[in-house]
Amino acid sequence: MTKKSKIGGLWYEAWLRFKRNKLALVGLIMAISIIVIAIFAPLIVPYDPFEQLIWKEGKEARLAPPSLKHLMGTDIYGRDILSRIIYGARISLQIGIFASIVSLIIGVPLGAMAGYIGGVVDDLISWLINVVFAFPFLLFVLAVIAVFQSPSLRIVYIAIGLVNWVGIARVVRAQFMSLRDREFVEAAKALGLPRRKIIFKHILPNAIAPVIVQATLGMGGIIMTEAGLAFLGFGAQPPTPSWGLMISEGQKYLSIGKWWWAIFPGLAIMYTVLAFNFLGDGLRDALDVRLKR
Amino acid sequence: MFSYIVRKLLYAVPVIWGVVTIVFILMAIVPGDPARLMMGQRGDPETLARIRADLGLDLPIHKQYVRFLKDLVKGDLGISYRNNEKVVDALLTRFKATLKLAFWAMVLASVLGILAGIVSAVKQYSIFDYSAMFIAISGISAPVFWVGLLLLLIFAYTLHLIPGVGYVPGDWRYYVLPVITLGVRPAALIARLTRSCMLEVLTQDYIRTARAKGLHERIVVMRHALKNALIPVVTIVGTQVAELLSGAVLTETIFAWPGVGRLAVEALIARDFPMIRGTVIFMAIIFLVANLIVDISYGFIDPRIRYD
Repeated sequence: MTKKSKIGGLWYEAWLRFKRNKLALVGLIMAISIIVIAIFAPLIVPYDPFEQLIWKEGKEARLAPPSLKHLMGTDIYGRDILSRIIYGARISLQIGIFASIVSLIIGVPLGAMAGYIGGVVDDLISWLINVVFAFPFLLFVLAVIAVFQSPSLRIVYIAIGLVNWVGIARVVRAQFMSLRDREFVEAAKALGLPRRKIIFKHILPNAIAPVIVQATLGMGGIIMTEAGLAFLGFGAQPPTPSWGLMISEGQKYLSIGKWWWAIFPGLAIMYTVLAFNFLGDGLRDALDVRLKR
Repeated sequence: MFSYIVRKLLYAVPVIWGVVTIVFILMAIVPGDPARLMMGQRGDPETLARIRADLGLDLPIHKQYVRFLKDLVKGDLGISYRNNEKVVDALLTRFKATLKLAFWAMVLASVLGILAGIVSAVKQYSIFDYSAMFIAISGISAPVFWVGLLLLLIFAYTLHLIPGVGYVPGDWRYYVLPVITLGVRPAALIARLTRSCMLEVLTQDYIRTARAKGLHERIVVMRHALKNALIPVVTIVGTQVAELLSGAVLTETIFAWPGVGRLAVEALIARDFPMIRGTVIFMAIIFLVANLIVDISYGFIDPRIRYD
């Protein structure tokens, strides 16, 4: 294959492959839709997500079933569930993005060092990866959160990032191991470039594709974990419109047939996770990345 | 074979040590006085001092760590702040319920996942294939606790086919919903993996040979193809154990299932740190043991794997 045959080279070819993949395009459109909803939430929402409509609309606004007025019904405080779900997209994406950034900040340098330097450094970092990997994801995040007295969104994404980095580190390590003996690295070494420059300027750009794929696929897991934490009471706190928290609050009313409070937020989580899974799979195929699990 | 197992066990030791140490550090940096946590507002200074001495909390941190490791080797994980129960005893009692739940979830997931995967591969692009894969991708993308609540809503609260939450050891009806809830995700992953592995295997030459010999299609699929297609599937069963344990935390909470997962949540709510420490260490060790078993069982399934 000839490289740099067209403008953009690798990325242009990847986009051509990506465009042909229907599921990937569906994933991209779904992901963009969530991002747009999150950004323009204040303009889209039919009601203020925090406003308790019982004061305005009377008792009928309490746990009102889905109707034309409230497409997804209202909760026990008379808050419009659709509006809260729209604002919830902000929480989920925020956590997804910030936890990914934390994972990248820890995972990329550690993976790069392990793969490039090898030897004892690799042994040590690989040991740490195996240790963190041995913890059940959710339970370890819970234990980290338990250390802090009161959970906040910042603690949630830091805790998730502290566990999630191992996936990134593994991918980066494998990339660096296969790239470190290539001619272009030899050339950079022969030029006498410092190690840090070789790692970040010469090898990392070549290793970026699998990192993007891994980070995209990781988004789903992060969003699901945030929801689980909020559901258990260790994540977002009321009255935050977090999807997991809404399911937790609504579950009490399932047994009396008021299903909309707990069920609709779950659909929102599914839609978001599905979007990033399709997108990640599509990117993986388009960038021709082979990930080991 | 024996030396392989020993070597694998030896590899696990530093990892377990790492797990134990990280948990120790986490719990050591928790603010607050455990003696106060145990006694509430009642404790007078002498009692509090005695409790601190009993727990070794008056020692410098490195001595506490050594004491903690020594106790651990003896199988002692300390005493719960909440009810003075031995952490190890609580874990072992509660683990039975988790094991039952996880075992049946894995059985369900394997049977359902492998069957759906085979049929989807053999009848690729059929309606069955499309709907099975749609259900699978939905199952992977739905949060465990939400699936559990959805099942409760449909089968317990609407159709009244099954009692709601709770745990009655002998009564199978209480198992149905938690087992399905916990099994959905692994079933979906196994179905997808089986399908893709089957599709790959079915294009290989030896399958064409088997067909050319005039063998019945069923024998080609079930005997020739499946054996090789299942090797990667076994791999993910190992990684699934970790997810299963995380899933158990949520599933047990919803269904009031008296397992280790719910024990962990109860301990977290009560800020019962010896118990939190115990559950995390316990689950990590279960995960390592499960993966060890998967590693070893490879050899029985895949004769190409050498043990040296």
